[in-house]
Amino acid sequence: MVYTPQLTELMKKVEETRSSRVGVDFPRMTQEERRDVLEKFHPDYNLEGFREIKVGVNKGARMPIEMADVFEAYSRIRDLEFDLKADPHYDVDVLVIGGGGAGASAALEAHSTGAVVLVATKLRFGDANTMMAQGGIQAADKPNDTPATHFLDVMGGGRLENVPELARALVMDAPLVIKWLEDMGTMFDKKDDGTMITGHGGGTSRKRMHTARDYTGAEIMRTLRDEVLNKGINVVEFSPAVEIILDEQGRAAGAVLYNLETEQYEIARAKTVIIATGGSGRLHYRGFPTSNHHGATADGLVLGYRAGAKTIYADSIQYHPTGGAYPPQLLGLLVTEKTRGLGATPLNINGEQFVYHLETRDVESSAILRECEERGLGVPLPTGIEAVWLDSPLIEIIHGEGTIERQLPAMLRQFQRFDVDIRKEPMLIFPTLHYQNGGLLIDDDAHSTVENLYAAGEAAGGIHGTNRLMGNSLLDIIVFGRRAGRNAAAKSREIAVPDGLNLEHLDSYHQELDNTGAGDGRISPMVLPHYTHR
Amino acid sequence: MVDVFIMGKRYTVPETLTILDSMEYAGYQMTRGCGCRAGFCGACATVYRMAGGYELLVGLACQTKVEDGMYLAQIPFFPGRKAQFDLEEIKPSVAHFAQLYPEVYRCLGCSSCNKVCPQDIDVMQYIAYIQRGDFEKAADLSFDCLMCGLCVSRCPANIVHYNAALTARRLYSRYIANPDRFLAERAQAIENGELDAEIDKLVKADKDKLQELYNNREIEK
Repeated sequence: MVYTPQLTELMKKVEETRSSRVGVDFPRMTQEERRDVLEKFHPDYNLEGFREIKVGVNKGARMPIEMADVFEAYSRIRDLEFDLKADPHYDVDVLVIGGGGAGASAALEAHSTGAVVLVATKLRFGDANTMMAQGGIQAADKPNDTPATHFLDVMGGGRLENVPELARALVMDAPLVIKWLEDMGTMFDKKDDGTMITGHGGGTSRKRMHTARDYTGAEIMRTLRDEVLNKGINVVEFSPAVEIILDEQGRAAGAVLYNLETEQYEIARAKTVIIATGGSGRLHYRGFPTSNHHGATADGLVLGYRAGAKTIYADSIQYHPTGGAYPPQLLGLLVTEKTRGLGATPLNINGEQFVYHLETRDVESSAILRECEERGLGVPLPTGIEAVWLDSPLIEIIHGEGTIERQLPAMLRQFQRFDVDIRKEPMLIFPTLHYQNGGLLIDDDAHSTVENLYAAGEAAGGIHGTNRLMGNSLLDIIVFGRRAGRNAAAKSREIAVPDGLNLEHLDSYHQELDNTGAGDGRISPMVLPHYTHR
Repeated sequence: MVDVFIMGKRYTVPETLTILDSMEYAGYQMTRGCGCRAGFCGACATVYRMAGGYELLVGLACQTKVEDGMYLAQIPFFPGRKAQFDLEEIKPSVAHFAQLYPEVYRCLGCSSCNKVCPQDIDVMQYIAYIQRGDFEKAADLSFDCLMCGLCVSRCPANIVHYNAALTARRLYSRYIANPDRFLAERAQAIENGELDAEIDKLVKADKDKLQELYNNREIEK
């Protein structure tokens, strides 16, 4: 019991209304209602949070201010000289930048075709949002479901703004990915006869969410990592890439790596390069807390963009409706969508439900913001912010006692650590900055708009339109990670060792920054967030 | 506010922070010992002592509340050994496992691993299951492991529990759990191109048509 006397008093209203809410479905919104709440309350629609960037291949594109700040910035290595004619520190066929689920999948696939692969990653191998994805992974592998049905959910959820060929690749590869993971010894939730146990997520029309308790991403990541290590693939940790190196024809040909421990720069030459650096939640758009891991600072977007790779939907950010709001140690922590999937509903200060609990994430988040900002029915917290309840004890009533312990062990444990028992007490939640819907534009070979440069995972864009559904990100990282690995390896067999390595694209980028005054002395990529008390 | 000692220096920090937050509040920029910041990745296993106490305590820095008088240190990582194996070449048997991780059979039964596990897993028990070749029980019991390495730091038999457990789970999932039969059929149908026509119709459809299909799609109960 960590709730204050005031919160305990307010919690009684939730308890009073609980029995009358069991079995009663709150109505879903119509298309008009959905559009209305998005336009009025979703942060993507609030123009104050954005600006048009003045430099690079997407000059004039709208970006969140915090993202524009790292795009409109000078290189960390601006004043340094590198001898790119000397023997490089690493010389490989395929360079994979990033050690999350996309990077690991790419590395495995490239390696399996005989390519020499290097994985360079900023933190530890596996320190990535993949590890934290709890809810599940989608795939149409039931008799009542098909990839076409999945496709419709992906497109509708993404407001039909998805690149259709990318959405097609996502759903068609999905059953192949689940099979690949199953064969690799990933411990999915199954019935005794081997049938995968699947459920719903926000915006799904079939039960196609595969899970591994509520550690789905962790289970996938540790299995992929174990397999990469089994194969003896070279992985260098604490060595983020800080710039892409091009060859004399302007094709990607390696990267400058920065050893975080020795603070020295190292050159990796590669025939093809894969950016799999993940998202950008640690930029804290609009001051939102984030569910993202420590390294999610948009590095790959920045260095890909400087090398000439186009972006798509950089202004589309996903706020997950259920981020932890209280106790303060849990601020921003992801409360898995599976919690709502099992029947927990959001409630206002009066203990009343105000939105169907399984709307798509963008709509659900907007409805929570409306409840607090417009209707004034949020729950005031001692920390000075507002929140709404998420009635987790309902799960035990609907599915029986013990369900939370079996199905949500991570959630139960994380709240218990801070003295909240979610089986008996409702959670306090508020939208948290969760996912970058856009990214570097790719085609269905995972190839970017720069030759020999590929992108996969959260760093890539176009797959999910402007709103991703739960369970399609774990899927996306593996689908496009594997495609990137396979295609980058195939390309590396066709071409010679790159020649005329250079960083001249930085000079022209800096020139543009100077001419427009947009750089304002800023340096990027950020590499590590810096939190300190001011 | 509470007083803590980080790497031996005193700092005054708000009591609402975790150990990890308190280090950042004090001015540290985290590189090692910080990962997901949400209790899933095991990067921030840490060791500390309370003022006046003699016991060395452990926990995850992102999941442990800061308290007055804590003496905090940071652990970059534990260099535990991982056995390399080809999953297709091994079987879930004691004989195969003993070649990969012979040290698991030297467990002394001291329960030091259990005392430090931040996930409260019965580590010693899953090691016992592995010893007797019950990979199903070992997989189930070890499932919530974050691979933080604290168990390894205390083990007098030098067992690398987390890597042994991961191998046990992969063996169980690959060889003991039944494969999903319809999944295999579906994968085959996709590779044969049998499902191309249905989806290509949708890929080519215009937005109005897609919106209509989406709005009227049947939703499984």
